[in-house]
Amino acid sequence: MNNYPAILIIAPLLGAFFAGLAAWIQERLSYPLALISLALSTFASVNVLMEVIANGTVHYRMAGWAPPMGIEYRIDLLNAMVLVLVSSIAFLNLLASYQNVEQETHDRAASFYVAYLLFVVGLLGVVATGDLFNLYVLIEITSLTSYTLVALGDRDRAPLASLNYLFIGVIGASFYLLGVGYIYIITGSLNMVDVAGILPNLPGSSTVLVGFILCLLGVWIKMALFPLHVWLPNGYTYAPTAFSRVVAPLMTKVMVYVMIRLMITVFGLEYIFVTLHLSEAVVWLGTIAIVFGGIMALAQKNLKKMLSYIIVCEIGYMVGGAWLGNELGMTGAILHIVNDALMTFALFLALGNIVYKIKDVDYSNLSGLFGKMPWTMAGFVLAAFSIIGVPPTCGFFSKWYLILGAFEAGAYHFAAALLISSLICAVLFFKVFEICFFAPEGNGLSHDNSHGHGDPVIVMDEAPVASLVTLGIVSLALILVGVYSGTIVNTIILPFLR
Amino acid sequence: MKLLGFIIVCLTGTFLLYGTSDLPDWGDPNSPASLHLSNHYIEKAVAETEVPNLVTAVLADYRGFDTMFETAVVFTAGLACFLLLRDFKPKEDRYYRHVPTGVVLHFKDKARQLRVGTEFEAVDKDWVPSDMVIKTVCRILIPFIQIYALYVVAHGDFSPGGGFQGGVIFGSSFILLAISYNLKTLMKRVSEKFLGIFSAVGVLIYVGIGAIAMVMGGNFLDYSTLAPLLPVNPGHIRALGMLGVEIGVGIAVMAVMAIIYINIVSQGRHDEGL
Amino acid sequence: MTEIISLVVAKYNYWLYIVLMMIGLYAMIAKNNLIKKLVGMNIFQTAIILFYVSIGYKTGATIPIIKNAHGSHGAEAAVIHAAEYINPLPHVLMLTAIVVSVATFGVAMALCVRIYQRYQTLEEDELRMRLSEK
Repeated sequence: MNNYPAILIIAPLLGAFFAGLAAWIQERLSYPLALISLALSTFASVNVLMEVIANGTVHYRMAGWAPPMGIEYRIDLLNAMVLVLVSSIAFLNLLASYQNVEQETHDRAASFYVAYLLFVVGLLGVVATGDLFNLYVLIEITSLTSYTLVALGDRDRAPLASLNYLFIGVIGASFYLLGVGYIYIITGSLNMVDVAGILPNLPGSSTVLVGFILCLLGVWIKMALFPLHVWLPNGYTYAPTAFSRVVAPLMTKVMVYVMIRLMITVFGLEYIFVTLHLSEAVVWLGTIAIVFGGIMALAQKNLKKMLSYIIVCEIGYMVGGAWLGNELGMTGAILHIVNDALMTFALFLALGNIVYKIKDVDYSNLSGLFGKMPWTMAGFVLAAFSIIGVPPTCGFFSKWYLILGAFEAGAYHFAAALLISSLICAVLFFKVFEICFFAPEGNGLSHDNSHGHGDPVIVMDEAPVASLVTLGIVSLALILVGVYSGTIVNTIILPFLR
Repeated sequence: MKLLGFIIVCLTGTFLLYGTSDLPDWGDPNSPASLHLSNHYIEKAVAETEVPNLVTAVLADYRGFDTMFETAVVFTAGLACFLLLRDFKPKEDRYYRHVPTGVVLHFKDKARQLRVGTEFEAVDKDWVPSDMVIKTVCRILIPFIQIYALYVVAHGDFSPGGGFQGGVIFGSSFILLAISYNLKTLMKRVSEKFLGIFSAVGVLIYVGIGAIAMVMGGNFLDYSTLAPLLPVNPGHIRALGMLGVEIGVGIAVMAVMAIIYINIVSQGRHDEGL
Repeated sequence: MTEIISLVVAKYNYWLYIVLMMIGLYAMIAKNNLIKKLVGMNIFQTAIILFYVSIGYKTGATIPIIKNAHGSHGAEAAVIHAAEYINPLPHVLMLTAIVVSVATFGVAMALCVRIYQRYQTLEEDELRMRLSEK
């Protein structure tokens, strides 16, 4: 009996409670326990991916009950890929963030790790599950832990940002729950595949339509699509570094995954694109999200907030791509889940290193960073190139698919928005590079200059080694995923879509 | 904001009303929701699990995986209150009462402390002597509440009840103690460490039973594989597995209720509160 | 006329839940005090619970605890008619949803306490004023 699908989620769950218990005996034990459990989870998810590629979809019956009665994990190529992404990013981040946690929340570090593990458990479960209601419970675990962890950040503003996040998040989750209720009342089932089998027998039902839109609205709120994004920038900006590094790349991307899963597995592409006439409106929404996110990012004066708005912009890419209604667009959207998670992770890793050394990342404090932290900035530049979409990095390829898809669907406005956003990102990042590269005299460096006389001397002052190594690994991944994106598309995404 | 709220509410309400037009009638025994899965549960659950309370059977067995995460959600809430509010700094002002004479001493200095014992006892700033009647009634009542909570947990398989309900009742007996006496009395009986450990142990019992089933060669949470471990009729093993996880749930909920209450009323200082 | 009455009888539960839910949503959007928003949030979530519990109801059926299940093992057990018991599944789901909403409420309360400790107020406009001062 192959238990990897259960282990990949049980390992961090058990890890969380053992870390919680260990904290009462010896606080230092929690960190290695957390690390081990996430390593186990990564190992299991890689194994699951191998097996799915070799033998097709993996079914795992929780408690041994057959699907519509019990809860089933149904892991196909898409889940398996996202599972590997989530578990490995969570593991790498924990590896990188030990010093950051010690710096920011040292008196409750053990509890921080427990909450962090529960957050990852929720994300993994959301990706792995094949049951609509189970998805809701797991979304709530991720949400509750992220409200908590966001509030641990900036003392003045984080609790308020977190409370706003909570109010909006509860509305989103409740809409999703209500949508599931509408689907349940009309189909009598909660299993995704089972529901998908029943829905075609109910053509033109207003209940199904309302259920679908409610689920979609709920997921959109959670993923911060443009008019519903208000919680994201503040929440991510004021969160503690170690947590913003994992929530920024994963939370929104996992929600995009949920949207694609609902579209493809539950409601079916035929229902969405043939029966309903929503796709054009949603692609417009994506277009507006891209442009709005870009413009708001331009207006920011704080590096962390600027990056948060870039996430809003990137969400537009994926939602628009998924709703173009052709294979190229969907391929681009799915590939962009992977690429964007990696790019955002690299950016936030670098950002975390910068925050570790200079507390406040307003643009005015950044001058001279290239000299001070050359390795961090090298990773930052690479990630920025990927966001802009410079060829050898992975960001280029998903954008390429998205633009091709947009042309095929005749959505020229979307293609234009993609190009404009590349331009905006280029402007944004070169502005940052300019500030970081040229150090105006006596500005921002004065506190590093212990010599006391006028000439500022740039002293190299890098972040902890673990963070740098992780950043190196992720930068390498950015290029490798870019080079092998053809392989990913051919072995994982296209077989999944066909 | 008020106008905007009103417009959003009207739009959402109309949209939801539109959705109800197609819903099956309320109480219709032939609605899809009452036919597809529900019939299987009602007709087969007793034969398959030997638990007459179908809600418990579905909760702890068919959808036991959901319930495990639900327990994890409860644990998360307790953890959140601890993480957000716990404040380890001792308070500046402290009050002690000399028990034989009833004189209250006020310390403003952080460094100086009195040993609390038979002679002196620590009291709250806005301390009000609790009423004798309330104290006595609560003291008599609390053991019965706790016994009843244990009954609700243990009898969840056969009658309305289960781990969550029992845990909440047990937790509320702690809260009653804190209200009728004061927070210190509660903290003396159940320490923070006790609660912290029990909240994790409760969920661990649940996950652990699932993991043991996995080690025994079945799927995660498949109680039927536990049969070789326990000297009972193999048909009854699922019911026992459910009882086990319900006990875990009860312990976790009890501890978390107390953690949430203690942290919120004392603003994380665990010294005085409601 | 009878049509309307039968429609009302058939659907009033669903309409009531919408009314409740909208009250909650309005409070969450429009109220100024954070605790009032929390109360709105609770009403909002409770409305969904009402909806789910209405799904489970069947006319003429009783609570889903099988009668006389004791002592009658295996084959000789009485035949169970599905029409006699209401649907247990929505109740299970709502047990989960109630627990989740309580947990959310606890976290939100803790956040409110944190905010109050820092700013000594829970009125949103005052909080916004305080934030813009800095």
